[in-house]
Amino acid sequence: MKKVLFKIKENIEIAENIFKMVLSGDTEEINKAGQFIDLKLSNYYLRRPISVSDFDDNSVTIVYKVLGKGTKFMTMLPRGHMIDALTGLGNGFDESKSGPSPLLIGGGVGIPPLLKLAKMFNEINVNPSIALGFNSEKDAFYIDEFKELSSKVLVASVDGSIGVNGFVTDVCEALIPSSFVYTCGPLSMLKSVYSFCEKYDIDGEFSFEERMGCGFGACMGCSTEARELDAQGEPTGKYISKRICKEGPVLCRKEILWK
Amino acid sequence: MQKGNIMEINLQDNRLKTNLCGIDIDNPIIPASGTFGYGYEFAKIYDINCLGTFSIKGTTLYPRYGNPLPRIAESPSGILNSVGLQNPGIDKVLNHELRELEKVFNKKVIANVSGFSISEYVNVCEMLNDEDMIGWIELNISCPNVHGGGMSFGTSPELAGEVTASVRKVTSKPLILKLSPNVTDIKEIAKSCESNGADAISLINTLLGMRIDLKSRKPILKNRTGGISGPAVFPLALRMVYDAYEAVKIPVVGMGGISSARDVIEMMLAGARAVEIGSANLINPYASKEIIDELPALMDEMKINNIEEIIGGAHE
Repeated sequence: MKKVLFKIKENIEIAENIFKMVLSGDTEEINKAGQFIDLKLSNYYLRRPISVSDFDDNSVTIVYKVLGKGTKFMTMLPRGHMIDALTGLGNGFDESKSGPSPLLIGGGVGIPPLLKLAKMFNEINVNPSIALGFNSEKDAFYIDEFKELSSKVLVASVDGSIGVNGFVTDVCEALIPSSFVYTCGPLSMLKSVYSFCEKYDIDGEFSFEERMGCGFGACMGCSTEARELDAQGEPTGKYISKRICKEGPVLCRKEILWK
Repeated sequence: MQKGNIMEINLQDNRLKTNLCGIDIDNPIIPASGTFGYGYEFAKIYDINCLGTFSIKGTTLYPRYGNPLPRIAESPSGILNSVGLQNPGIDKVLNHELRELEKVFNKKVIANVSGFSISEYVNVCEMLNDEDMIGWIELNISCPNVHGGGMSFGTSPELAGEVTASVRKVTSKPLILKLSPNVTDIKEIAKSCESNGADAISLINTLLGMRIDLKSRKPILKNRTGGISGPAVFPLALRMVYDAYEAVKIPVVGMGGISSARDVIEMMLAGARAVEIGSANLINPYASKEIIDELPALMDEMKINNIEEIIGGAHE
């Protein structure tokens, strides 16, 4: 973890109520797709944890949706404004598990962390398949960016206004066989992806969202019960506690306990 | 000047030295239980030996996963939590957590202990007797997030006295009773702890509260209610520390929303001998260290020669 003062380089709306913010500053501790940063906004007590959608040596990109007063406030921050963030938080995805044909499944604002993951696969000449789900065309973003990184991108929308009419899991079957699944999105979507993985016996990593106190493992505000895994990644039959902010937000399929 | 250098100066700044129940501490700044884990996570970002000491995550006899998620909500200048005493249990605390801590911390810590029965408090405290890392025991009789234990001991003078007396029999370590603000008369409870053998009291634990989500129209916290902490509760905490100071002769450890060196001075003027820093650590992981760094300059400005001289200074 590192506390960094970033400068806002860009803060623009890329879909309805969905904004992309590019921050310049020290990104030394950000090294995996699926990690998050925790932003301190003036006038709001708790920090806002937001997943990283891209990063390089001196900038980091986040995509956020306006959900409440805090995120509404963020949309008004101008270029050049300084913003305090804790960086390098969370475990992130483990791209070494991908095998030759990984499948990336994202829903809504769960999609951004998968962009960096797809870029990382590109760099090592792995071609991922991509399934993106949105509520509607007006909510859709990053489709072109993913198409630059993969020849196999399928889109679904709940109202049918873009791509296939249905949920993101409805297009996943057209993208198998897959060696491994990486997914991030709303809880209901993660549960559907979990069932999909079970049905086709595909292992995977799931990124979870949770209300956090500190974001760096001190308060236990986001801890959840999970299955303990052995060195081979198989359940031992015991249960352990996992902090979504520290040992997560990415959990292995076999350690997830749905409640 | 680099921050690291300032810290080294502070370690030697005798003006901040004080004493808590017979144990000397380098300064009165103590991260509060539940906001500092077992310390070693914070040791990765700064040298935690700059602290007076700290209070470890509340420990029970058996491991606890705590309450279901979500268990965090926000309020203006505050945080609500319904964690519910998640901890790995006393065995693992002794065999693992403290062993990790001693690699990075060379002072004694406060063991924060909770329970669901008097015998549980007694059992856990007996197990701490031979542990040299533990300087003090802080009995949490004020957790608002569990049923059938915790706060129910802290809201009755009789039960608070009974827990104090029972633990007093099995430990010679200094005993600090952590009190709940969710009571009508803090003085009665403080006196009952004192007369039953407490060496100090600490207050306040969190205030019981709730938030409702306007979209779902249901409580945000799965546990429905949670404890409020943060700057929002500071004036209330200050008033209760002020009242408790007048009620007892034993030291009072003040806490509740302290976020700056100025807050520390204010709390000590109200009667606190030392202070615990809670939520501030969660918002700014360097908060406790920064407060220690800021204190000498503020003392210069206020012409305070020694931090101990201001304890209770606001009283007639």
